[in-house]
Amino acid sequence: MQETNEQGTAVEQSKPLDDLMQKVAEHKGCGTSGGSGKASCGSSAGQGDLPTEIWEKVKNHPCYSEEAHHHYARMHVAVAPACNIQCNYCNRKYDCANESRPGVVSEKLTPEQAAKKVVAVASTIPQMTVLGIAGPGDPLANPEKTFRTFELISEMAPDIKLCLSTNGLALPEHVETIKKFNVDHVTITINMVDPEVGAKIYPWIFHEHKRYKGVEAAKLLSDHQLRGLEMLTEAGILCKVNSVMIPGINDEHLVEVNKAVKSRGAFLHNIMPLISAPEHGTVFGLNGQRGPTAQELKALQDKCEGEMNMMRHCRQCRADAVGLLGEDRSAEFTTDKIMEMDVQYDPEVRREYQETVEREREAKVVAKQAELEEIAGEQSDIRVLVAVATKGSGRINEHFGHAKEFQIYELSTAGSKFVGHRRVDLYCQGGYGDEDALPTVIRAISDCHAVFVAKIGGCPRDELKGAGIEPVDGYAHEFIEQSALAWFKDYLGRVQSGEIEHIDRGDAAIRQGAYVA
Amino acid sequence: MAYKIVSSQCTACSACEPECPNNAIREKDGTFIIKPEKCTECIGYFDDPQCVAVCPVDDTCIIDNSYPRYEAAV
Ligand code: SF4
Ligand code: SF4
Ligand code: SF4
Repeated sequence: MQETNEQGTAVEQSKPLDDLMQKVAEHKGCGTSGGSGKASCGSSAGQGDLPTEIWEKVKNHPCYSEEAHHHYARMHVAVAPACNIQCNYCNRKYDCANESRPGVVSEKLTPEQAAKKVVAVASTIPQMTVLGIAGPGDPLANPEKTFRTFELISEMAPDIKLCLSTNGLALPEHVETIKKFNVDHVTITINMVDPEVGAKIYPWIFHEHKRYKGVEAAKLLSDHQLRGLEMLTEAGILCKVNSVMIPGINDEHLVEVNKAVKSRGAFLHNIMPLISAPEHGTVFGLNGQRGPTAQELKALQDKCEGEMNMMRHCRQCRADAVGLLGEDRSAEFTTDKIMEMDVQYDPEVRREYQETVEREREAKVVAKQAELEEIAGEQSDIRVLVAVATKGSGRINEHFGHAKEFQIYELSTAGSKFVGHRRVDLYCQGGYGDEDALPTVIRAISDCHAVFVAKIGGCPRDELKGAGIEPVDGYAHEFIEQSALAWFKDYLGRVQSGEIEHIDRGDAAIRQGAYVA
Repeated sequence: MAYKIVSSQCTACSACEPECPNNAIREKDGTFIIKPEKCTECIGYFDDPQCVAVCPVDDTCIIDNSYPRYEAAV
C-alpha cells in the first residue's frame, strides 16, 4: 500500500494517464480539453461466483464489471429506430426506455455513418472498447441496419466488442446471425415471465404481420424471450437480462423472473428503476405509475442477489452517449463533424493506453486489500451507506458542488460493496452555490451516513451535518474503497467509545429524468 | 383506395416502411408518407393493414377518405 495522504502523490500517480491521453489526442491531431478518464462508477467487484471463462470475458467490460466501469467505455449508435412491441414505459418519440430515459432523442444514423462514428471515437478515446446498438427502437426489429453496422465495424475496427440490446421478440430468428457476427453479448429486457403481469406492461406486440394484444401478446413475447435466452446460452453467447422494476406491477414478480433467467443461463441480472414522469408522455407517466424508491430498489436487488450476479452500477445512460460513463462527449462527434474527420485507426495507441489503465487498476485493488485485512479483526453488525463524489479512476476526486451524481457504497465489517449511483442536480454552477439545489442533493443521499468529497464549502458542510450526513474531505484524491473502509473503522471506533451513537437512516429519492452528461 | 399518415403524429420511427407489401411507404422531409396510388390497404396480402398494426402511435395511419376504398381485382 503505497498511498500517502498528500494530494500531490495521488495526482502524480494518475499523471501517466493524462499524458498518454494527451499524446493520443495530439497524435490524432484533434484537441482535447485535457479531461482524461472521467468515469463514473465502479467498485471492487471481483470474480465472485462467476465461472472463470465468463469473468475473463467481462472483467474489462464497462457495462458488466463495476470495476472496469471506471476505466473503459462503451458507446451506442442509434441505427434502429423501429420497434415491434409497445411498452407502457416508452414514448417512442424519444429513445427506447430499455436502455435510456425518455426525454433525449438520439441522432439517427445510417450504418455507414454509424461505423465511421465508432471508428472516429475509438481513435480519439482509447478507453472505448464496446459498441452497442440499443434504442431507440429494437435492433432486431431493424435487422438489416443493425447487422450491416456490425459488419462494417468488424472490418474497420476488429478489436471493438459488439453488443446489442433487445426486447427479445425477434431474438430466436436472429441467434444464428448474432453468432455469425461474433457479437460479444446480448442484453434482453425481460420484465415478466407471467403473461398476466405482462399484459399490464405491454399493450401490444407486432408479430408475423399481426398485432396481438393483452395476455396473448405477453405470452408470445415471454416465450420468445426465454427461448432466445436459451438459444444464446447454447450458442455460448453471453447474455444479460435487464428488468424494469414497476412497483405494484412486477416488483415482487421479479424474484421469479430472476430464477427463470438464471436457470436459462443469463449471467447477470440488472434491475433498473422505472423512471416515470407525466412529461415523458408514456402510459405509465400519464396514469401516475410511480417508480421505486432507492430502498425499495435495493431491497429487491438484495433479495435477488443470492440468485445471481446483480448489476448495480447501471446508470441507464443515454443511448447515444459517447465516452466513459458519466462523461458525454457526443457533442464532439455529431454526424457533420464525423463526416469531415479524416480518421486513422491505430490499434497500437489504443493498446498502449489500455495497458496503463491496467496498472492503475492493479494499484487500486492492492490498496483495498490492505485496508480489508485491517478491518477483518473488527466485529460489528453495523452496516452503513456512504456517498462518494468522484470523477472516476476509483478515487475521491470530485468537489461536492460539482458532483452530478454520487456513487453509493455499503460498508460493513465484511468489506465495502458498491450498490449504485444517485444522480443529483448540479448544486454548484460555475462556482456559485445554488441555494435551492442543496435540499435535492440531501434528499438523494439521505440514506447515507457520510459523503466523501475532494472538497466542500462551509455552507453545504453545515447543512449536511444538520441533516445527519457527515461530510468527509480528509481522503481527497485517494482510492475510494480503501478510504471508505478506513473511515468505517474509525466510525466503529467512535460508536464503541460512545463518542457517537449509530442511528439508522431513512430512504432516499431516485431522481427522474435522462442522464445526459 | 388508400391509407395516409398523419405527419404531425408520425415519430419517423420507420417501422411501417419495411412492412408494406406494396412498397408504398417512404421517408419524406423527416416523416413518413404513403403513396396513395400504390397502397392496396393490404387487401390480398394480410388481414390487417400492416402500417396500422405496427405503428406505435394510435390513429397515425388512417384511411384517406379522398380516395375511394380499394377493391381487389377479381
Ligand atoms: S422495446 Fe424499447 S423502443 Fe420498443 S416500446 Fe419498449 S421501450 Fe420502446
Ligand atoms: S395499408 Fe398496407 S399497402 Fe397501404 S400503405 Fe399500409 S402497409 Fe402499405
Ligand atoms: S410506424 Fe407510424 S410513427 Fe413510425 S414512421 Fe410509420 S407512420 Fe410514422
